[in-house]
Order: sequence, then structure tokens, then C-alpha cells
Amino acid sequence: MTAPLLSIHDLRTWFYTEGGVARAVDGVSFDIGAGETVGIVGESGCGKSVTALSILRLIQPPGRIETGSRIEFEGREIVTLGDEEIRDIRGNRISMIFQEPMSALNPVFRVGDQVAEVARVHAGMSKKEAWDRAVEMLALTGIPDAETRARQYPHQLSGGMRQRVLIAMALMMKPALVIADEPTTALDVTIQAQILDLLVDLQKKIGTSILMITHDLGVIAETTSRVIVMYAGEVVEQADVDELFAKPHHPYTEGLMHSMPHIGHDQERLNVIPGTVPSPTDWPHGCRFRDRCPYSWELCEREHPPLYEVGGAHVSRCHLAIEPERRNHPHPPLVVQEGVAAA
Amino acid sequence: MNDAQPLLSVRNLRKEFPIRKGVFARQVGSVKAVNDVSFDVARGETLGVVGESGCGKTTTGRTILRLIEPTSGEVRFEGRDVRSMGTSELRALRREMQIIFQDPVSSLNPRMTVGAIIREGLTIHELAEGAAAVARVRQLLEEVGLRAEYSNRYPHEFSGGQRQRIGIARALSVEPKFIVCDEPVSALDVSVQAQVINLLGDLQREHDLTYMFIAHDLSVVEHIADRVAVMYLGKVVELATSDDLYREPLMPYTQALLSAVPVADPKARKERIILQGDVPSPANPPTGCVFHPRCHHPAKDAACAKIVPSLEEKAPGHFAACIKQPPTKVSWEEQKQAGGVHPPERYLPLAAVHA
Repeated sequence: MTAPLLSIHDLRTWFYTEGGVARAVDGVSFDIGAGETVGIVGESGCGKSVTALSILRLIQPPGRIETGSRIEFEGREIVTLGDEEIRDIRGNRISMIFQEPMSALNPVFRVGDQVAEVARVHAGMSKKEAWDRAVEMLALTGIPDAETRARQYPHQLSGGMRQRVLIAMALMMKPALVIADEPTTALDVTIQAQILDLLVDLQKKIGTSILMITHDLGVIAETTSRVIVMYAGEVVEQADVDELFAKPHHPYTEGLMHSMPHIGHDQERLNVIPGTVPSPTDWPHGCRFRDRCPYSWELCEREHPPLYEVGGAHVSRCHLAIEPERRNHPHPPLVVQEGVAAA
Repeated sequence: MNDAQPLLSVRNLRKEFPIRKGVFARQVGSVKAVNDVSFDVARGETLGVVGESGCGKTTTGRTILRLIEPTSGEVRFEGRDVRSMGTSELRALRREMQIIFQDPVSSLNPRMTVGAIIREGLTIHELAEGAAAVARVRQLLEEVGLRAEYSNRYPHEFSGGQRQRIGIARALSVEPKFIVCDEPVSALDVSVQAQVINLLGDLQREHDLTYMFIAHDLSVVEHIADRVAVMYLGKVVELATSDDLYREPLMPYTQALLSAVPVADPKARKERIILQGDVPSPANPPTGCVFHPRCHHPAKDAACAKIVPSLEEKAPGHFAACIKQPPTKVSWEEQKQAGGVHPPERYLPLAAVHA
């Protein structure tokens, strides 16, 4: 096997706040191969966005990437790279598509200039060359009449259009890796469908790898080939997309899948994961999901579970891997169950 | 009053927001946010309202409560005309109709304790005071799954899901009959969303509540609603029971909307109707059928740009606004005169909706 494009090993990004040390990302490891689409799924506060920002070294104080963390990209160690060098990677070899297209664009510049700037900075193109390339790129992302649109300002475009502009900007240098952080969360469902189609299509054309970060399992199922589930700053499960949806192993993954209403499945009540995500300044010892888990037992409190191999490339951070029969005997979770009306 | 009478009845509701320009703020046009909307909500049912941003679903909810004054049309609650009510009548009405807002952060006053927030309605409507009010607040908190001790805390001390529960407790405090739920779970994480949806369901059964549930998430609406109204550009374009609507959408827009929902099952990759372009501006909506510029109906023709389709009953209890989806009251002769070349025929790619 050739070396992966991106290899993250024991990434720890901690924030030194007044309320204590928030261990937002706490020992995350994974690889992304060339041309691969990998999804990270998890709820707010699980550390998925901080992982993305760490890859681009966009962590601001009081946040810090802890020593010992390794992010290897195209053979270079990103964590210790100088400022000059990391700037050369950002937007050039790795680019990012943000969630909120309005705040990611500068309101006082024409969108064409903002897209062209990428090529002027990274490829040293002339103003004219860069502009032409930007218009070409905008057209490629399906913006009709790209020449006119390029002369407009962000507020003159709709949400879907703005997201296309960000995609054009991200793909300008044909980067090896695009990180898409909730790229469609702010969009309506029909526009979301357009944008997801576009991303998949462009990826085929350009051959870049995509790291898709989302809370939406539907988006994950439709766009990615491998999935990483994060909970409380850790990777709790990783598998190929088909395997994960067919046989989720970690109780958290299972809970997430069951708590979503599905069109065409009539159910009286939704299954819930009781309780809430613990605070990052105070992760529980042992298994971090223990309190909310219907299978937890004494081992889960005593020992922090490692990532067990549960079949092929499927790993899960759950002791059920060694005592699978416990899955047949669920019990009410330890946490005080909120959401049950006092009868 | 009989049971057959709907709890809420809305007829030809319109809301136009003026667009003003220039030094003298001359009106140069208007945004037709709600454009001739009619529907009923029966006692004890949940009417879901879905649509994309800007379709007028939130404005519809707020005009019903008169949080926004409608431009024209009729709103009747238990047979009483809401639009002609004076201040004191309206205040009394608000005890019966409540709203739960989307954003649990901005809809709770950060300077008031949770107890004070919930007690406000009790005081205004003179339902309880002193020790009785305190007891009632504790009871409400427990009912929505929070601890009674929380009443002395401030909203910022709570998570999003907990804040939404506080909003629900506030709405419940005055014992309403009808609650407009305006995107109550959109801002919440999936696991918390499920908790709040279950809570709303439990409360409905216990208190005999009627909901108007506004959301953009189609799977959430299918789960909670008995009937669903689909809105596009200020109009209701389809209205049916939730079973019928999701099984066989009759309006091309609803089809596209359903087909666009990502399915959390990698094996079920379905054919998808990708709508071209964006929603047109409600300040200048297309002529005829508002959806015609983006429509994929194979029988679409020039008549669609001329004839404004009304909400017709296509099957028992299933209404859709489309002149090309038979049966239709707009005769073929009439369509031909308007430039129609394709007779109405039932031919919508249902495969796109069901994997």
C-alpha cells in the first residue's frame, strides 16, 4: 500500500480556558488516501471541526496543538511547519469549504476577484490570467453566466450561489485535499442536493480527496466511502460506509442512527440517546459514552476502551468487542433520563 | 360549537411587505410573503407546514397569531374572527394560541431567570400568583423533563435542547389549545432533536393540544404531522395526509423536495430530481404557476405560465395546485387557449421519491 495522502496520529488540540483545559480533540488518528472521500460525523462539540482546523493549523490561542501530535501531509509534518510554509499549503494543496458562505466571503470585493486572488497568491498569475481562470472555475461549478456573476458582490448572490463560489475558490489550485466543514448545513434541501451532486462530480473530474465533516448521516451515506464517527473528542468508530450503516458497532453510532426519523418508516416514538454530551473540560474517565449507554458495565468505568478491530477495516472504541453477548441485555442508561414527561 | 368545526380556519390569507426606496421611502413594490393561503386545522391534529427558506411558512404562522398583521384574508379560531379582535380580546386569545420559536437562544430573555420567564404568562393572564405560581412553574419544568430546581437559573446555563424545553414550558404555562411550533428542532443535534420531538408528542396526547408544526426537515414533519401543507413562494401547493403526501406526491415541487432528502442508507441511492436554479424572488414571482420555471413535469407547456392553478382535490383529501396533474378542473380547451400543447397526463417519475 502506498503512503496515505494525509496521516493524522494522536492529534490532541486543547483549549486553555478559564474554566479549565478543554480537550476538544483528544487523541485522534486516521488516514485519508489519495482521491478518497472520508466523512467525519458527530454532534456539536465532538471535536470534528477542531480536527479540520488543526489540519490547516488554524487553531488560535487559547487553543494549542499539543506536542506529540502528528499530522503528516504529502510527506511533510504540518504541526511543526513554519508559518511561511503552512501558508503555501493552505488554499493550494489543502483547501477548505466553510459552512456559512456569507461570512466566509468578503462583502466588499467582487466574488471573481476573491476567487482570482487564490491563483495570484499561489501561482503568481497575472491579474488577467487569474481572472480568466476564476471565471472558468465559476462556470465549472455551474454558475450560469459566470462572467457577469464574477463581477457581482456576495450580497447579490443567493446562498446556493455563494456556496458554489466557495467551492470554486477551494478548487482553484486543484488541491490534493478539500476539507468541507458542513458545506450544506445552511442550505435548503433542494439546493443541498445540487451542491452535493456538484462536489461528487467535481471530485471525479479533479481527483482530489475530500474530508466531509457533517452531522447529517444522510449526507455521509450519499457522498463518502469511509466514515469516522467522533464523540467527546475521540474517534469512536471507523468503517467503510456500507459496513457502518449495515453493522454499526459502537452504541453511540447505533443510537445516532436510530434517533433519526426516516421517511417511509412509521414509528410512534423516536429512539433517543438520553442525556447530553459531557463537558470537554471534564471528560468522564473510562468510556466517555458510558453514562448514556444501554450496555455499559463495570469494565467501562474502569478502563478506557481502545479502538478494537471488529472486522476488516472496521474499528470501534467499545468493550462490547470482547463481550459481544452483552448487546442482548440492554439496561436503562445511568444518566437521569431527560425528556420523559413525569407521568 | 360542534366538533366538526375546525379549531383554526384560514381563508385567502395574504401578507405583503412593502419595498420602499428613495428619500421619501416611496413604495416601489411588495414582497408577497403569503399569497392567498387557505387551510383548516382540526382539533387535536398536527398540521405540518414544509417548504424552503423564503416560502412564507414562518410568516403564515405569525400572521395567524397576529404577531404580524395580515394584509388581507380571514383567520378564525373556534369560529371567532381573529383579525377583527381588539387589544383585550387578542390578549385573551393569546392564552389559547401559543408559539414555540426556532432559536432557543434569542427567544429567551438572558436577564430573566427560567422561573421568571415561565411565570410571566401566569401573571399576565392572572392564572396564578405567589406560592401557587412557584408551584406551577416547578410542575411545568418537571413536565418538560427538567429539574424543578432549575427555575432560579438563567438561560445561558442550559444546553440548546434544555432551552427549547424551557420555551415549551413557557408556551404550556397558559394552558393553550393551539401551539405554532416554528422550526422547534432545527437548531438541535440529532439525538437531542429526537428527545424534543418525543416530548412534543407526549404533551400533545396529555393536554389534547393542536399543533401547527413548521419545519424544513421533511423527515421530522412526516414523523410528527397528521396532515402536511407544502409551501412554495407564498402559496400552499400541496396539502394531504402525511401518508398520502409521502407515498404519492402529486405536485412536481413536492416530488423534487422529497427526492432531494439525503437518505441515511448507502445502499438506497435513488434517482434524484435536481431542481435547476434558485427560488425566484417573492417580490416578483413568476406568472401562472409559481413553480413553472423550475418544473420537470413532462406535460409542462405555455399554459403553465398563464393559468394560476388553484388547490384542487385530486384524490379524496389530497389537494394539489397543478393544472397538468389529472384530474384537473382546468379544461383542456382552456389550457389550449392559454397556449397549452400537452394535454394533462399523469406521468411523474415516482421512482425518484422511493428508492
